[in-house]
Amino acid sequence: MVAMASWGRLGYWEHDVCALSDRSRVVQQIRGGLTGIAYGMGRSYGDVCLNPGGVLWNTTGLDRFIHFDEASGRLACEAGVLLRDIQQLALPRGWMLPVTPGTQLVTVGGAIANDVHGKNHHVRGSFGDHVHGLTLVRTDGQTLECGPELEPEWFAATVGGLGLTGVIVEAEIQLRRAEGPWLDTETLPYDSLEAFLAMADHSESGWEHTVAWIDCVAGKRGRGVFMRARPGVASARPVPRRRELRVPFAPPVSLVNRWSLRPFNSFYYRLKRRRSGRAVAHYESFFYPLDALHEWNRLYGRDGFYQYQSVVPRDDGARAVRAMLDEIARAGDGSFLAVLKTFGERESPGMLSFPRHGVTLALDFPNRGARTLKLFERLDAIVSEVGGRLYPAKDARMSRAMFEAGYPRLDEFMQFRDPGISSAMSRRLMGS
Amino acid sequence: MVSQGKRIVIVGATSAIAEHCARLWVTDTEIELILVGRDLDKTERVAADLRVRNPRATLRVLVADFLEPSAISALVDAVVSAGPVDIVLIAHGALPEQASCQNDLRECRDALTVNAISPVLFAEAFIAPMQQAGHGTLAIMGSVAGDRGRRSNYVYGAAKGLVTRYAQGLQHRVAGSGVAVVLIKPGPTDTPMTAHLKAQGSRLAAVDDVAGQVVEGIARRAPVVYAPAKWRLIMLVIRHLPRFIFNRMSI
Repeated sequence: MVAMASWGRLGYWEHDVCALSDRSRVVQQIRGGLTGIAYGMGRSYGDVCLNPGGVLWNTTGLDRFIHFDEASGRLACEAGVLLRDIQQLALPRGWMLPVTPGTQLVTVGGAIANDVHGKNHHVRGSFGDHVHGLTLVRTDGQTLECGPELEPEWFAATVGGLGLTGVIVEAEIQLRRAEGPWLDTETLPYDSLEAFLAMADHSESGWEHTVAWIDCVAGKRGRGVFMRARPGVASARPVPRRRELRVPFAPPVSLVNRWSLRPFNSFYYRLKRRRSGRAVAHYESFFYPLDALHEWNRLYGRDGFYQYQSVVPRDDGARAVRAMLDEIARAGDGSFLAVLKTFGERESPGMLSFPRHGVTLALDFPNRGARTLKLFERLDAIVSEVGGRLYPAKDARMSRAMFEAGYPRLDEFMQFRDPGISSAMSRRLMGS
Repeated sequence: MVSQGKRIVIVGATSAIAEHCARLWVTDTEIELILVGRDLDKTERVAADLRVRNPRATLRVLVADFLEPSAISALVDAVVSAGPVDIVLIAHGALPEQASCQNDLRECRDALTVNAISPVLFAEAFIAPMQQAGHGTLAIMGSVAGDRGRRSNYVYGAAKGLVTRYAQGLQHRVAGSGVAVVLIKPGPTDTPMTAHLKAQGSRLAAVDDVAGQVVEGIARRAPVVYAPAKWRLIMLVIRHLPRFIFNRMSI
């Protein structure tokens, strides 16, 4: 048994870890015995990838490419391949991932099971929108191939299916053309939520990537920095050397706290405002700024942290986001990594996919026990009232009622579950 | 990493360290990698991955019975008759449970055969034509476990100790011939072979780091490569611990 945690480090729990490295043997390895759940890089924040007392099937050894067609951009690979490895393979050949989350240190299987999104949702949808097909191994010994055309119900259940329909062992994904690693970017400060939404709307046509940082301790108005980018022209400029740092240990208390937050946010806002305007950026520094700070999750101290990511419908967006920020300010809490982004109208491919048309707000909070959970309940009330929902990949504490209300296709999904697969999250939100 | 037009043979190409070495070697534009394995499908999967990583590399897959001397010499003849080889990496092995080796002589014999005799037979078959050509580097996988016998894995350690002594003799044999023999001694590495150690919570080195040091050591033609390098110092201390202290330690 090994003590394992997720990215939020809210706790370490004993698991029986079983390494998968030979895709032809997965059928035998996951068959029978205790219930398990696939575990890749452990980058989801809450309990979606944990199964205390049970089995974790570590998929990082399933890291082989299978086939890449340079003419069409179709890439087949095993599920433990990292998005980083795909970017590094594809870019020199003129291709790139069409959708990528804020870290490239995640597996393909995890990206599908959580149907992750990126800063270009309004243009390209979520990760699952670019999957041609996948191979799923079930604990009853069955191997199943599915895709948008082949067994589409199985596919819709598995994309965003939180790993509960089987173990994904292979996938074929569609890459997009990329002239090079450069992006044309623009950074614009804003001083109210309305200004943010106007910028987001205004940028939808000409800018593929949009995202905003919001200073959630600055008070009612909601100031922040809006960042947008689009693929840049090929250029021979030298790739910047990335300074990589590691947080060496988790301090006893969170370094992100009420005393550090206000000066830190203020400093960051001023810095970004001073550097606002156009620039050319390397994709790694634009998409994955935190990958250069290894184990940054330790900054939140020994007790770990929660990430709270909601999406609320577009029409109520500004009102709901403002109400959440007020609630956070009133609690005297705050978050440094507060990220605001609009989702486009495209319907998500998975039954339990998180993205929907609206505004998504992601916040993280050091774990301060009951008072943090109380704050979340007040935020839940705001999200629920406007018919929004929370992102399971980030969640460690939402109520079953909140989950059921946010995901109306849950009943449909349940028919596709693998009874030999269970996670702390599935027991919390689905009863088994 | 290596100059153009190299021919590299990897015996035990599906072993994790070897596979990661191949991923480093394959990035070289004009390279021929000959992957030798026991399981055709598994070896083909490794080859497919390498082909994706570099479509211009030439990849060949060969399977053989690793315990049969005539099969080994036939395979080596076929490889060297097609042209001289630049690097041979002999990487196969299996980490047995020490307890089962103690309880079952068959397990004990199998562990000694696969970890000692088989790699030696491959090396012995390759070294003669290499010496004749006066060219090439033969790298063979030992282990830090071969540096001193200890109760938790002395059967595996004895096999790797045999490889160590064999490599030493081979280095003596080829001295001055233009052929180099590199003995690689990985420390505990995060691979499928050590999955049960990881499951017990041991700290293991990342396989891509270890592979990087192996590839670099082979390029340098270092006589002994500890990977990670810290094991050179650790094993120096362990080898020299007086028996009355060593025998009280639980390692």
